[in-house]
Amino acid sequence: METISTTPTVTVASSSGATPASRSFKVSSAPSDAQPAETLINIENFDFYYGAKQALFDINLKLDDKRVTAFIGPSGCGKSTLLRCLNRMNDLIDGTSVKRGKVTVRGIDINGGDVDPIELRKRVGMVFQKSNPFPKSIYENVIYGLRIQGETNKTRLDEVVEKSLRGAALWDEVKDRLHESGLGLSGGQQQRLCIARTIAVSPEIILMDEPCSALDPIATAKVEELIHDLKKEFTIIIVTHSMQQAARCSDKTAFFYMGKLVEYADTRTIFMNPANPQTEAYVSGRFG
Amino acid sequence: MKRFFDTELETFRSHLMLMGELSIRQVRDSLKALVEADAALAQRVIDADDEIDRLEMEIDDEAIRYMNLRSPVATELRLVIVGMKASHDLERVGDECTTIAKRAIRLAAERPLKPYVDIPRMAEIAIEMLRDALDCFLHGDTEKALAVVRRDAEVDAINKQLYRELSSYMIENPATTTRALELMFISKSLERVADHACNIAEEMVFLAKAQDIRHREEFKKS
Repeated sequence: METISTTPTVTVASSSGATPASRSFKVSSAPSDAQPAETLINIENFDFYYGAKQALFDINLKLDDKRVTAFIGPSGCGKSTLLRCLNRMNDLIDGTSVKRGKVTVRGIDINGGDVDPIELRKRVGMVFQKSNPFPKSIYENVIYGLRIQGETNKTRLDEVVEKSLRGAALWDEVKDRLHESGLGLSGGQQQRLCIARTIAVSPEIILMDEPCSALDPIATAKVEELIHDLKKEFTIIIVTHSMQQAARCSDKTAFFYMGKLVEYADTRTIFMNPANPQTEAYVSGRFG
Repeated sequence: MKRFFDTELETFRSHLMLMGELSIRQVRDSLKALVEADAALAQRVIDADDEIDRLEMEIDDEAIRYMNLRSPVATELRLVIVGMKASHDLERVGDECTTIAKRAIRLAAERPLKPYVDIPRMAEIAIEMLRDALDCFLHGDTEKALAVVRRDAEVDAINKQLYRELSSYMIENPATTTRALELMFISKSLERVADHACNIAEEMVFLAKAQDIRHREEFKKS
């Protein structure tokens, strides 16, 4: 099992000695949905500000390990803000601050002074709304993170490329043109390339911010299929404006409105019998 | 926020309520035809069943279309599912009424075997059960729905009592067999009408609370 250690910075310790290259995608390693999940991320009394403007109010949320959690809500409700808090991407925006509460990953406060955000982001990868492959070859895109980490072993890099592209369900489509530009791929392929790049550094958590909003239905279906497969190995949190996508892909759904968490429950409950009338109105398309 | 397709759900609801009202009228008229030996009324009951069948198909079509094009969730999804199931129950109520009406036509030509007391009482209870189940659809009163399910035992008990009574008629006087059998089947039809009312009531609990109360031991139908 991989854990996050706080000293001297957040680093990866692997009791199994697993490396990115040796990470496998075996079904047997995943808990079935019927099994209770462990809490991986715990958000407690969390207040977040953009300058003087409060964006998140007293968020309390426990996110399950190796499950897909969907964040839904109307634009400006804070779902993307919270997502970006989970790997401290908001640190890159001037004036942002956590004024109260904390986010822990396996019990470690990710905003703690001894946590290196760069190391954190290796453990908590992110896929964005718009695919953003680097102007490099497909091969170089995938191993970009490992290159930065100083990995030079060609055999290992080859292994990571194949495993990551297979993991992102892209290998069969690109295996004969690995050294062509990633920018030459279709939109859906580019998004899966970005997912391959994300999983190449063996994160524990993958954050997805509307990953299919720019994709056609076929590419969307492939990414959703991929999400379903990836949860065997990764914990996935997805922000989506598509109710159908949240219903299809996620195990649990959190509904946010005006910076507050309104309801968090099993996806089936949210879409069959939500407790809060606001949730019902939103998932039914009656407001937002 | 009102959506442009909200009227489709309103139409769906009103068709289900119309079907419920027609079904109740069919139960009442089929019994009236029996008690008053009114063959013409019985024939009107038989003819009116086509309208119930048509409504069932229309409700199915509306439900399938809504699920296909509007992606309902939560209460709306439950409404569409429950509406389809309830319309099938109501269609079966209509069929039972047709059966009663056909038997009423045959019995109208003969001398009554006995004064009709228990069968009209069964019909009244069944009608009240249907009415209460449909009220749940309008008002979401799940306590009323549960009361409908519990009330089924009353109808079952009358049906069993009638079975014993009519059996003894046949044993004592075989000449009554045909009439006694007709009444037994009418009693059974009314018992089935009450069962359908229970099904609808159970469906209404699912609509209101997303709880499936079918086949629970405390509500087992005989």
